[in-house]
Amino acid sequence: MRYLPLSDPDRSEMLRVIGAGSIDELFKDVPEEARLKGPIHGLPMHASEMAVERHMAALSRKNMVAGDVPFFVGCGAYKHHIPASVDHIIQRGEFLTSYTPYQPEIAQGTLQMMFEFQTQVARLFGCEVANASMYDGSTAMWEAILMAHRITRRNKTVISSGVHPHYVKVAETLAQFSEDALATALPELDAEPDTERLIGKIGPETSAVVVQYPDILGRISDLTPIADAAHAAGALLIAVVTEPVALGLIKSPGEMGADIVVGEGQSIGVGLQFGGPYVGLFACREKHVRQMPGRLAGETVDAEGRRGFVLTLSTREQHIRREKATSNICTSSVLCALAFTVHLTLLGEKGLRQLALLNHARAREAADRLGNIPGVSLVNDSFFNEFTLMLPVEARPVVHAMVDRGVLGGVSLGRLYPGEDTLQNGLVVAVTETVTDEDIAAFEAALKEAVQ
Amino acid sequence: MTVNPSGWRPSAPANEQGETTTVTGNHALMLEEPLIFEIGSAEQTGVDFAEVPQGENRLGGLERNGEIGLPGLSEPETIRHYTRLSRQNYAIDLGLFPLGSCTMKHNPRLNEKVARMPGFADVHPLQPQETVQGALQVINELAFWLLDLTGMYGVAMSPKAGAHGELCGLLCIRAALEARGDKREVVLVPESAHGTNPATAAFAGYRVENIPANTAGRVDLEALKARLGPDVAAVMITNPNTCGLFEPDMKAISDAVHAAGAFVYCDGANFNAIVGKVRPGDLGIDAMHINLHKTFSTPHGGGGPGSGPVVLSEALAPYGPLPFVAKMRDDSFRLVEEENAGEEHPNAFGRMVAFHGQMGMFTRALAYILSHGADGLKQVAEDAVLNANYILRSLQDVLDAPFAKSGPCMHEAIFSDKGFAGDVNTLDLAKALIDEGFHPMTMYFPLVVHGAMLVEPTETESKASLDQFIAAVRSIAERAKAGDQSLKAAPIYAPRRRLDETLAARKPVLTYREAESAHAAE
Repeated sequence: MRYLPLSDPDRSEMLRVIGAGSIDELFKDVPEEARLKGPIHGLPMHASEMAVERHMAALSRKNMVAGDVPFFVGCGAYKHHIPASVDHIIQRGEFLTSYTPYQPEIAQGTLQMMFEFQTQVARLFGCEVANASMYDGSTAMWEAILMAHRITRRNKTVISSGVHPHYVKVAETLAQFSEDALATALPELDAEPDTERLIGKIGPETSAVVVQYPDILGRISDLTPIADAAHAAGALLIAVVTEPVALGLIKSPGEMGADIVVGEGQSIGVGLQFGGPYVGLFACREKHVRQMPGRLAGETVDAEGRRGFVLTLSTREQHIRREKATSNICTSSVLCALAFTVHLTLLGEKGLRQLALLNHARAREAADRLGNIPGVSLVNDSFFNEFTLMLPVEARPVVHAMVDRGVLGGVSLGRLYPGEDTLQNGLVVAVTETVTDEDIAAFEAALKEAVQ
Repeated sequence: MTVNPSGWRPSAPANEQGETTTVTGNHALMLEEPLIFEIGSAEQTGVDFAEVPQGENRLGGLERNGEIGLPGLSEPETIRHYTRLSRQNYAIDLGLFPLGSCTMKHNPRLNEKVARMPGFADVHPLQPQETVQGALQVINELAFWLLDLTGMYGVAMSPKAGAHGELCGLLCIRAALEARGDKREVVLVPESAHGTNPATAAFAGYRVENIPANTAGRVDLEALKARLGPDVAAVMITNPNTCGLFEPDMKAISDAVHAAGAFVYCDGANFNAIVGKVRPGDLGIDAMHINLHKTFSTPHGGGGPGSGPVVLSEALAPYGPLPFVAKMRDDSFRLVEEENAGEEHPNAFGRMVAFHGQMGMFTRALAYILSHGADGLKQVAEDAVLNANYILRSLQDVLDAPFAKSGPCMHEAIFSDKGFAGDVNTLDLAKALIDEGFHPMTMYFPLVVHGAMLVEPTETESKASLDQFIAAVRSIAERAKAGDQSLKAAPIYAPRRRLDETLAARKPVLTYREAESAHAAE
């Protein structure tokens, strides 16, 4: 077997050193009746690299590849061009096959990269500190709600109707088992989110207000009045960013008063991959850092006074604090964080702004063309690279009809909010720099035909 | 003076301490590298874009005014920066990485290739299901293998890592108890458990109580039985446990737990020792997460991503989270999500993540499993156990092995610091191993062994590699027992000497700040 270096003579010699007559003797603590006699039933035997590759390639070909078709799907995961250098770096064995940097003297590569990542995320979000990543955006949001609970010692959270419904579902699931009460609502297909109504829900027992920016329909609204209202009530503002490329062009949530900013970092450096692995981003104010979950790299010096980095503030974490930890998280998403940080370093301030400008320009072009289809209207006043169309018919069958024409034309609100009558005609469309004029034309033609 | 028996003389000058210095701070292939914030600039970029068409923005009046502060680098500078950083890391590709409980085995490159096939890498989680049948089939095939290998009834594929899987399992248990109107408040966890176990139980709203180990390093069955009662929801057991020992009473433990109306959660971090040899379902386990990034070789990548599918017993499977993949009569695949759960999976406790779990890990794990097959996976467990026992028996005369008398270990060997002289400790031995070119073992875990050293070689190490490691440990152990103070200075040859963790925690510097870059000046 190609992954196993021991030869049979090695095995015999090692058994002799051990003083065991057979491998089976090493398993003597396993009760006889629980030991399988031969290879497990029902599964095939080992296979060559070529055979496995062939099998997996056949499965791969059964999927419609985003890059092969006009592609407009977003809602929490975005198709951007990833420079070839990013994948090259994350395949360096020293990054790919290393572990959590518990031995800092031989893990400075990972630790320094984590420190750079933390700084980039903090700056992008307009916060003072950030951690070294979470599993994904949805789990980061729940951790932020718990963190606000610890800080304010209150347990009521108001979640804006503009937050991704799957993120809300994750929070609702976990709130069943904690002592948190969540209040949320369905979005309304209005040009702007109803900030006044959201502010009206904030009360003296509110721990945090959670808003998504831009929101699930792609709308961008000023978070300042929400932050002011939250702070006046002694609550925190948690902002969720699922498309961080937007922050190349629009104000950061931190600038507008958000206390905790979390997000999904997939759109910078990480491929779509059918939903994972992605990389949760998590930033906050420095005064709250000891309530923050997740790994943190910090700067220090070595015995010769040279700068170096270590994992720090681990007294918050499960391996030290056990049941009193701020979170049970252990593994995070460092390799995806590396992809994020390499891509963002390649972009830099200038490149990120250009990328954001291109996205916004492509989206404006598409919004104007699609919004002019008879019967179709653009919901948003404001958007970055994603907007919502109101169709004259239910959007879900339209999406399937467009597939038949080889177009992946957005996400129907019916898929995200099944059974909600008021939303069934909504179609959320994401337009990134990867979309060409021909793609927009193909989408326009397919949509026009499908809504007739 | 530098010890230099060969008579070789460095070309670089020596400083007052007698150490050689260079102008750059580099030492040949050991290259220092600044932070991107010190070498990049806001004007530099490594990506070229098409010209941006002009037009009125529609950003709702929220256009950014100030700079973000993101330095850019050209492509060659970027590649060099991260390549230089990479060379300051130890990795499995470089040598033995015997971190106990972490299963640092070889990561086959076929799996990397497979995960990058466009049909897996470039597919959106919200694409219509008819366009992702191959992706759904991958999830279904992997689920089938995991169920067969564990002898369990159902599997939740979406948890993102081991601890997330633990949470999923405990929430299934909680949902099952609540469904029968049974409110229980306590989860029992052995002292030797991973920190994630008690943290997860607390995260799921339970009170945690410890159960003691017996002198043989196993769960004390009688103490456990005595504690079981109507308030206990679950017992979390790691098997093989964190001392590297199989719990021979596992079935009796399960029976006692079930008789008390509670459930058995098994931490599957150590599944590598028994994969293809023992099915946890035969031991009465109700839920177990499987770290695909351990047993099934998906790369750890410096601390993630992981993937933690949870296999479930018949009693718990109805409560597993959404979404999951169902195979239809016409051999097509379908996601069961919130909208169709009503008919097909009405008792789901909810949703763990935004999408469908770690697809990029599923493709790699499936390629690994297919490569090994039923026969190869059995050999994986056997070689992993053989390698660990070889280390145990080759070191037990120089290091205290607290459980060696009771018999063989499983996939990892545990030692204590008993017999080390003076103030020399486990940390010193570990740091000296760095100088010998090895990643140290897990230190000071589990807590039940004093100065614990937990060595997990995995099955992908050759005998020659083990022999070299054994020779290094033997030599360092002899020095530790002699109280050799020079161990306190280790490592000497790593990119950094020992780092000041107290300073890092006392005055945390967690992001780069231009004005006050380092406290090195203090």
